[in-house]
Amino acid sequence: MKFYEYKAHEIFRKYGIPVPRGVLAATPEELADPPLPCVVKAQVLVGGRGKAGGIKFGKTAEEARAAAAAILGMRIGPYTVRQVYAQEMLDIAQELYLSITIDRSARAPLLMASATGGMDIESAPRDKIVRIHIPPLVGLQPYILRNLAKGLGLPKEVATQVSEIARKMYALFRGEDAELVEINPLAVLKDGHVVAGDAKLVVDDNAEYRHKDYADLPQDRTPLEEEAHDKGITFIQLDGDIGVIANGAGLTMATLDVLNLKGGRGGTFLDLGGTDDPEKVKQAFEILLKAKPSVIFLNIFGGITKADTVAIGMEEALKAFGSGVPVVARIKGVNEAKAKEILADAGMHSVETMEEGAEVAVKLRGGA
Amino acid sequence: MSVLLDAGTRLMVQGVTGHQGMFHTKAMLDYGTKVVAGTSPGKGGTDVHGVPVFDSCQEAADATGANASIVFVPAPFAKDAAVEAIEAGVKLLVIITERIPFHDALDVMPYARAKGVAVIGPNCPGIITAGVAKAGIMPNHIFTPGPYGVVSRSGTLTYEIVDAMTKAGLGQTTCIGIGGDPIIGTSMAEALERFDRDPATKAVVLVGEIGGTAEEEAAARAKRMRKPVYAYVAGRTAPPGKRMGHAGAIISQGMGTAESKVKAFADAGVAVGRYPREIPELIRKGPTTG
Repeated sequence: MKFYEYKAHEIFRKYGIPVPRGVLAATPEELADPPLPCVVKAQVLVGGRGKAGGIKFGKTAEEARAAAAAILGMRIGPYTVRQVYAQEMLDIAQELYLSITIDRSARAPLLMASATGGMDIESAPRDKIVRIHIPPLVGLQPYILRNLAKGLGLPKEVATQVSEIARKMYALFRGEDAELVEINPLAVLKDGHVVAGDAKLVVDDNAEYRHKDYADLPQDRTPLEEEAHDKGITFIQLDGDIGVIANGAGLTMATLDVLNLKGGRGGTFLDLGGTDDPEKVKQAFEILLKAKPSVIFLNIFGGITKADTVAIGMEEALKAFGSGVPVVARIKGVNEAKAKEILADAGMHSVETMEEGAEVAVKLRGGA
Repeated sequence: MSVLLDAGTRLMVQGVTGHQGMFHTKAMLDYGTKVVAGTSPGKGGTDVHGVPVFDSCQEAADATGANASIVFVPAPFAKDAAVEAIEAGVKLLVIITERIPFHDALDVMPYARAKGVAVIGPNCPGIITAGVAKAGIMPNHIFTPGPYGVVSRSGTLTYEIVDAMTKAGLGQTTCIGIGGDPIIGTSMAEALERFDRDPATKAVVLVGEIGGTAEEEAAARAKRMRKPVYAYVAGRTAPPGKRMGHAGAIISQGMGTAESKVKAFADAGVAVGRYPREIPELIRKGPTTG
């Protein structure tokens, strides 16, 4: 789950991490009294907003409102800007980088810092980045902060503030079930204070039940993805035209890959999971048809999934939303033979393997 | 011989009275697994398919000598269940539960390691030693004993590949579904290490997917192996930045791409299948390097 910048700032404040003053606005008029001078930023969940013209400056309240008027309603990537965040401009002397993320291989949180922040941290030379693992069972110990300060080579007054911010970031990382907490730049101001110039926060979707206040946050889903999400269906829209339904993320990805190998392109990623509930299958089909695929390829390898009940769900879906879209189905599972009968009676193309199914699906696209 | 799971494994099922727990207890018993106990707080004294149910892991271990556990409890309670089993002295812990917050896994994994417990999962199909025992949810009938080890991040995709192997007459020693989450108990490289030490395993099949660097690390380990290794990587056509269902299957910041994984395997002399059914074909052709 990603957060809009303003929301991330709000959470940073909750943990006592210094962030610039700012005002959120959905209309220019709401910037009656912005902090000045300010930078007005589009609130979107994609990168590249600066290049798209989504960041402007205001020396006066009037300029800030003009900037907001220009940015609001702008299209950035697939999104329309609904809100801007007018943030106090900082008088920066030095830009640092500080983040905490997880290192899967080490099975531990990883604290990363650099004395040269601001720019894209991935292009920073590797030896200029301080990397320290935090042992999760005991948490952030003082030696980690000592090593951080030494690694960055900062003067004592700055190092003390950076250490304090790192300590609070770790509390936030654990407390909010974060995947990533990142401050870039971490700004050392000309007056000596250290402030988070930007705040990036990504939290674990699986921990949503522990953070009920996040549930209503808008996410970067398409309307159809949103509808699927509400129904508890794992669904992603892709660039191609072949509608893919499979069970299990790995098999669904493999199905898309095999389609590609056979000269086709998947238009959807729909993971049915372990269900053989006909009602659920029907719902999944309804979503899929709304994505207007040229052909549908269903690939189920169910060890214990009842193939015939999946087939019944498909038959009902085709009756209910009958669309003329050809369906290629490959179902392995209990009662396979019966499933094939149902599929054939309903006019679907039944195949044995996913490779064969992919070939048939590619042939059928475009009504060939 | 086998890896982690054998005829001496005495399994306890946590969450045995739930729908999934009951169903798979039956399937594991049918496969010949010694399922000796189940736990379900408040339901002690009952039984499931003849398996005695206890209120706690300690009671179950004391009464039955259970030395392994499989966890079916819902995500919010999985960390509690895992720690309880570790404290009760099991040496193998299989966590089937999906959607466990990874911060919980961050606590469980180092703790298990400190206690000398091997963990498989979470969000995985479990482990099966063909013809001997199963601590998992995979379909029994697709496995057949033989000399090939299988390590996979995925569930159904593993079934697809194992089924193709079995039909091609290529049986398995042990098959480990390590799970699709960012934080898991047994990594692909660690599983490979175990198969390298198992005399019954002559070659290993790795089933990977995009996201993370598990495949690259496994490739580095495969380089030092005398046994041939074969691999399949799912997600070659997945767009960057999109989360493909598995928490682990996401490409971000250029990391964990299929290209990088396929290249790492190729550099390590590991033959990589372009589609799942190519795996048995590659095995038939034999290893690409000695």
